[in-house]
Formats: sequence, structure tokens, C-alpha cells
Amino acid sequence: MSRTLGRAPLALLVPAVVAVAVVVLPLAGLVAQLRPSALGRALGSEMVRQALELSLLTSVASTLICALLGLPLAWVLARLEFPGRRLVRALVAVPMFLPPVVGGIALREAFGRSGVFGAPLLDHTGFAFPYTTWGVVLAHVFVCLPFVAIGMEGGLRAAGQEYDAAAATLGASRWHTFRRITVPLAVPGIAAGLLLGWARSLGEFGATITFNGNYPGTTQTMPTLIYVARESDENAVIALSLIMLVISIGILVALRDRWLVAP
Amino acid sequence: MNRIATTACAAVLAVGLTTGLAACGSSDDGGDKQVLRVLAASSLTDVFGSLEKTFEAQHPDVDVQVSYGSSTDLAGQAVDGAPGDVLATAAAASMQIAVKGKVAVDGRDEFATNVLVIATKAGNPEHIRSLADLDGKTWVRCASTAPCGKVADAVLKAQHVTAQPKSEEVDVRSTLDKLTSGEADAALVYATDAKSAGSDVTAVSIPGAKKAQAEYFISPLTQSKEGSLARRWIQLVTGPQGREVLTKAGFGTK
Repeated sequence: MSRTLGRAPLALLVPAVVAVAVVVLPLAGLVAQLRPSALGRALGSEMVRQALELSLLTSVASTLICALLGLPLAWVLARLEFPGRRLVRALVAVPMFLPPVVGGIALREAFGRSGVFGAPLLDHTGFAFPYTTWGVVLAHVFVCLPFVAIGMEGGLRAAGQEYDAAAATLGASRWHTFRRITVPLAVPGIAAGLLLGWARSLGEFGATITFNGNYPGTTQTMPTLIYVARESDENAVIALSLIMLVISIGILVALRDRWLVAP
Repeated sequence: MNRIATTACAAVLAVGLTTGLAACGSSDDGGDKQVLRVLAASSLTDVFGSLEKTFEAQHPDVDVQVSYGSSTDLAGQAVDGAPGDVLATAAAASMQIAVKGKVAVDGRDEFATNVLVIATKAGNPEHIRSLADLDGKTWVRCASTAPCGKVADAVLKAQHVTAQPKSEEVDVRSTLDKLTSGEADAALVYATDAKSAGSDVTAVSIPGAKKAQAEYFISPLTQSKEGSLARRWIQLVTGPQGREVLTKAGFGTK
């Protein structure tokens, strides 16, 4: 096809190559500076293992919660007409654009030990979210829910309402239609939304460290460990960063272009 | 009407951008002013901010620009060749990074000390009188990778404290912030940080903390192009005026 349209203009090719370089060169630099012995030592360290386990545990837990909350929300936004729908979608999207540290401060003001809702919670139950793994999950759900909900909404919209209508004329309830028609048809979009949310949760740092602090085993996730360690052990930090890079690439490979191209 | 509005907007934008860029440009090279670049530990923020004004009043043709940050980060940047005339660190170890990297001219000029204290909420409502009282409370400290964390490690070890903190923050100001935002009952910070929070915080001194205090070092950098200015800045900091400001902020001086 491109042969019949003519040569690609340099004015487009050159900036495209520069764009790829801007992204790839830092990653290449990271790989180039790695000392393999540091990688072995990093994987053997207990603190690193704790941080890796915590990152995986909290990201999986928060992605599941985002799925349980996000899919119904996505369905409401995609299938229901109601006044203020655009406002609700905009509000839900806010954590996507909020600087993560601002998200952390907002979470603290609401659910912190002296927060608007957190202080009464602490008084009545003795439980508070900061400094706990549950707090980490809460922070991750806050930042990931928009990705999951809006990603899934895109998938539901793309799947179309015709089959829903057909099911209704055949006598199916909306709940039955949701379970047996809507969701199976939108699985690619739903999966993409979940993977995006999981990736965001794995990389989450600003809100977590502001709201939950940093303690090995309880609240110290991989990004936090890397940030705290960067002042002390440069080789270990490069090794840890590479581990996160490999995980990110793994997620992208699993997505296989689905989140870039509309299903 | 639309075209007029568009042209007007474009004109305003053009004027605004050029004025902004011109202002940027002029503050950057300072016109005829000499620039003195100081790299300083973040715990020196208030003190160096005040001395900056004093120095600029004494030298009207000099613009002092101070970059605050973690001592370890700043020393590393200086070794990498970042522009700078003076380096002031909160730990001997950070200054040694600069000495080993052959950028610090003098690695032994100690000009201040800082002790660790227990900072509590105003009025100390939890009645924390010693490190032993931290058991069962929600308290925070610096991570061991930060200079203030190493000081905390030494103090806690000397006092045989086994109580565990709820969080280990990346620097001393983040640690203090956990207390002042109401998320912790107590925080192990420097005396100067507790003092800077004024009446929001009550400081409880730790017996024996003086044995494990933070030591501040200052040195001109080899990449400096303003050698005599750098030496004059160090003279101000280590001289009577500097000592007065440091003592008022809660630092210890020789």
C-alpha cells in the first residue's frame, strides 16, 4: 500500500526516530549499566524479596478490587443514560491526571489517622489505613480505578448494544444479559483495562509513600525500596530498576497492542 | 468577530511569551552579576536562606543561588561535574564522597552539629518523656539510607530501644511532616527541624544524643570559577554572623 502512496516524508520519519530514541535510550542506558552480580545479590536479599512479594500482593489485590468495582461502574457509564453521566465519568477519571503525591495527600486528608473519615474510623474501630498493607491497597485502588473503569467502558462500548437489545427482546433480564452477553463480548477490552490497572498499581509510588509511609514487609513496595535505596547502593538500585523494567515489558507483551488499538 | 478575537489572543500570547522568555533569560545569566552556586543539605534551608540575604547585601553585585537536597545526592552530583562553588553536607560520609571524587578542596571543615530529638505534638499530649515511651505509640523516623537515619540508628542502638516505628521516611523533613500532619504521635528529627515547626511541635531531648550527632562540613569545589567568592561565603558561614544564625536555629557550633 505504501508503495503506491509514495515515499514516507523525512519530515515525519525523523521526529518519529527521535521519539523512539527518547524512550529507548534511557532504558538502554539502564541495561548497559547493570552489573550481573548485583542482580544476583538483589534477588537474594530479604528486603528485596519482601518488597517484590508486597508489590505483587498489593497490585493483584487492588486490581481484583478494581475489577469488582470497576466493571459495574463501566457498565453504568456505558449502558445507562442519566443526567450528569459525563460529570461522573470526569470525576472518576481525575486520579488519572492528578499528580500521584497530590493523590496521597488527598487520601491522607480523608482517610488518614486525623482525616475527615479516618479519625472517626480510628476512634470507633482502632483501625487506620496509614502504615498498613490495606492502606497500600486503598492507595492503589484510588489510582488504578480510573484506568480499569474507563478502559473497560471503552471495551463495553466497542462491543455494541445490539446484542443486548436482541437478548432483551428474547426475554433476558439485564443482569442475565450482563453476565452472558455483554461481558463475554467485551472480554478483550475488559482484560486490557485490568492489565493497565495492574501495571499502574505496580508502578505506584507517590500516593503510597505519602499516605502509607515506608516500612519493610508492610508498606515498602518495590518503587519505594528503589527510591529509599538509591542513596546507598547504586548497583543494587540499577538491578532493582531492571527487575521492574522486565515486569513492565512482560505486561506490555501480554497486552499485545490491545490497549493501543481499539478492539 | 471571531477573527478579531483570535488575532487579539495571538498577540497577547506572543507578547506574554516574549516577556516571559526575556525575564527567564535575564535572571539566568544575571546580567552583570556574578553568581555563587551553593549546594547544601536540606536541613540548612532556613539558615542558608538567611545568610544568603546577608551575603547579597554585603556584595551587591553577587547573586547567591542555593540548591538544597540530600547531602549524598548533592555530593554525587558534584563528583559528576555539576556546576557549583561550595558544598555543605550534613554528614562526614557525604563530604568524603566529594573528597574521594576529587572535587572537595577541604574535607575537614566542620562548622555545625545537630542532635536528634523526639518531636511530639504541641504540648506532648501522649506524655512521651524518653525513647522507652515510644513503645506502643505511632512514631516515625528517617530511613537508614538518609544521614538522619544513620544518626537515629546510632541513638536507638545506644539506648537499646526495641520499639519499631510505623514508617521510615526518606528525609528528615518528610519525617517531620508525618507528625505535623497529624499522622504520627512522635518523630525522630533534628533539633533544628523541631524548632522550625515552632509552636506546632514540642521537642523532647534524648539523653546521650550528643554522642551521635550529625556533623556538618563545608568546602569549596574544584569546579568553581568563583574561588574568592566561595571562600568569602565559607568565611560568612563559619564566622560570628554565621554562628549566630546557626545557634539561633538550634545547631551546635564550635
